[in-house]
Amino acid sequence: MNAIDWLVLLGTILGIVAYGTWRTRHTDNLTTYLKGNSTTKWGTIGLSVMATQASTITYLSLPGVASENGIAFIQNYFGLPLALIVVCAVFLPIYRKLGVYTAYEYLGQRFDQKTRLLGAGLFVLQRGLQAGITIYAPAIILATVLGWRLDVTIVCTGLLAIIYTVTGGSAAVHLTQKWQMAVIFGGMVTAFVVLLTKLPADALHIAGAMGKLNAVDFTPDPKLRYTVWTGIVGGFFLSLSYFGTDQSQVQRYIGGARLREGRLGLMFNAVLKIPMQFFIVILGALLFVFYQLQPGTPVLFNQIVWQQQINGPQGATFRAIEEKHAALHADKQTKIRAWVAAHERGDAPAEVAARAALTAAQKASLAVRNEARDTLQAADPAAKKTKDSDYVFISFILTQLPHGVIGLLLAVMFSSALSSKAGELNALGTTSTIDLWRHFRPLAAHDEVRNVRVAKWLTALWGFFAIGFALFVSSAENLIEALNIVASIFYPALLGVFVVAFFLKHVQGSAVFWAAIAAQIVVLAIFFFGKAYPAWEIGYLWLNPIGCAACVLFSLGLQAVMPLEMKPLSVSEP
Amino acid sequence: MTPAKKPETEPADEAPDVPGFRTWRGVYGFVFAVFVAVVVALTLFTRAFA
Repeated sequence: MNAIDWLVLLGTILGIVAYGTWRTRHTDNLTTYLKGNSTTKWGTIGLSVMATQASTITYLSLPGVASENGIAFIQNYFGLPLALIVVCAVFLPIYRKLGVYTAYEYLGQRFDQKTRLLGAGLFVLQRGLQAGITIYAPAIILATVLGWRLDVTIVCTGLLAIIYTVTGGSAAVHLTQKWQMAVIFGGMVTAFVVLLTKLPADALHIAGAMGKLNAVDFTPDPKLRYTVWTGIVGGFFLSLSYFGTDQSQVQRYIGGARLREGRLGLMFNAVLKIPMQFFIVILGALLFVFYQLQPGTPVLFNQIVWQQQINGPQGATFRAIEEKHAALHADKQTKIRAWVAAHERGDAPAEVAARAALTAAQKASLAVRNEARDTLQAADPAAKKTKDSDYVFISFILTQLPHGVIGLLLAVMFSSALSSKAGELNALGTTSTIDLWRHFRPLAAHDEVRNVRVAKWLTALWGFFAIGFALFVSSAENLIEALNIVASIFYPALLGVFVVAFFLKHVQGSAVFWAAIAAQIVVLAIFFFGKAYPAWEIGYLWLNPIGCAACVLFSLGLQAVMPLEMKPLSVSEP
Repeated sequence: MTPAKKPETEPADEAPDVPGFRTWRGVYGFVFAVFVAVVVALTLFTRAFA
């Protein structure tokens, strides 16, 4: 990085933060603070929804995942457009009609306070811990390759997000996310164009021949992680719970001038999300081709840590692996050229033979990479914190892009970290204020100024909690894995509660409350049974429809045997 | 305890006010058609290159 890169990076990031803070510095109206400006249009809402969902991991790690495993991950998003249609048609009109600030406030109106507290409590618990990881995950990668201090990277990123989120609330989040998305789009397209100029015309055919372009898989096997069926069914339920019941998303679209603005913002995402993700995974597949054709492709992309070992006491072992990889890489390049020649001649039998040879060469190369990874992790256990695929795109950025563009791409990474972080903090502050603080201090609920002040304090508190968690999480790596598991198995039961709330009008609070707890136990049992007996493990996306269906069925069963509850007159029905 | 209600006059069936679409059902149908077209395009892409 040189002075131009620093100028672009700091100018972009600080400029957007300063602009957002300045424009929303007088936000003291509760509705504006929690829902955003009442004049917000659908374009801003659409970009805000997109920015909240896509964190740095999307732009930093996903190209590496596609480079390593191919583009099949795209199928995960197949259920998203269908889920957004349901959110638009069912969830959003009810949230707007009731004028709620949070999704869990609706549960309180539809059922009872204990169900509302269950939803809000589980959200803040899970999302609060996730907020720490949202900072930590990109920080450890960027700090490693850029040679920055990890703690300084975490604290600076966290403080920037806290400053404008606390100052302007939802209005600031909407405003900054719009500009951050502009930086992200601009940077990613620039990187893509530069990559294209470095590739041969038949790059896509090479990627296909090496098994990286299997976008869809119709195999009906529940054990496979990415198929059309897991994507449509599991992805539908996952997206429905995320967009329909997670406050960090609900808060993005319940504001706006009219119901139309929220709906169009969501439809904007329904149309563009799969093409956008396709663009990112194709970028990854083309990065793979680029590194296949480069003469000096490293055995592992986390070169900072690798070079430390090369120069350490076990250097001979690491150099031997490197030499083995270089020889296999050169052999693989010969095989690629042979396949390309056969393909261009249209010689089908030669093409089949060359492809088989290429596949064998790729397998041998992969075996050496796995050996390198295992040796590195044995020598330096800290290397287990990240996957080597996380370093593929950032290596390309730092070594292949011109100065200025490097700064722009780093601005992309920090913009995405800030935008998703701000969305989370905003939602945590709102839920803590509306569903928890106001619940326990009902008399204070009518003091608007005090509500805004409390929301600001709670937003800041969650921000500092996230920074603290990110700083200390490195000493508890297993916790990250545990939290990711919690995130992937937690939502189905909560979605079940909302499905019952919207579609089963006769089911009451106690039935759905206990049904949600029972459904959560079922999901946990299936998950841990799969871990204990891998032969029975199912793709994690299937937990979403199973957990949701269990909650709905248990609710119906419990309601059939439980006595009807008398509702207080002050509680309104939707 | 419940916050201020939204203006009562916000019909759930208001026109989408999007050129070419008179109802939200039409918008949803369009989005679904785009989704199907994207999945078909990805299938053809897989057949062509994989």
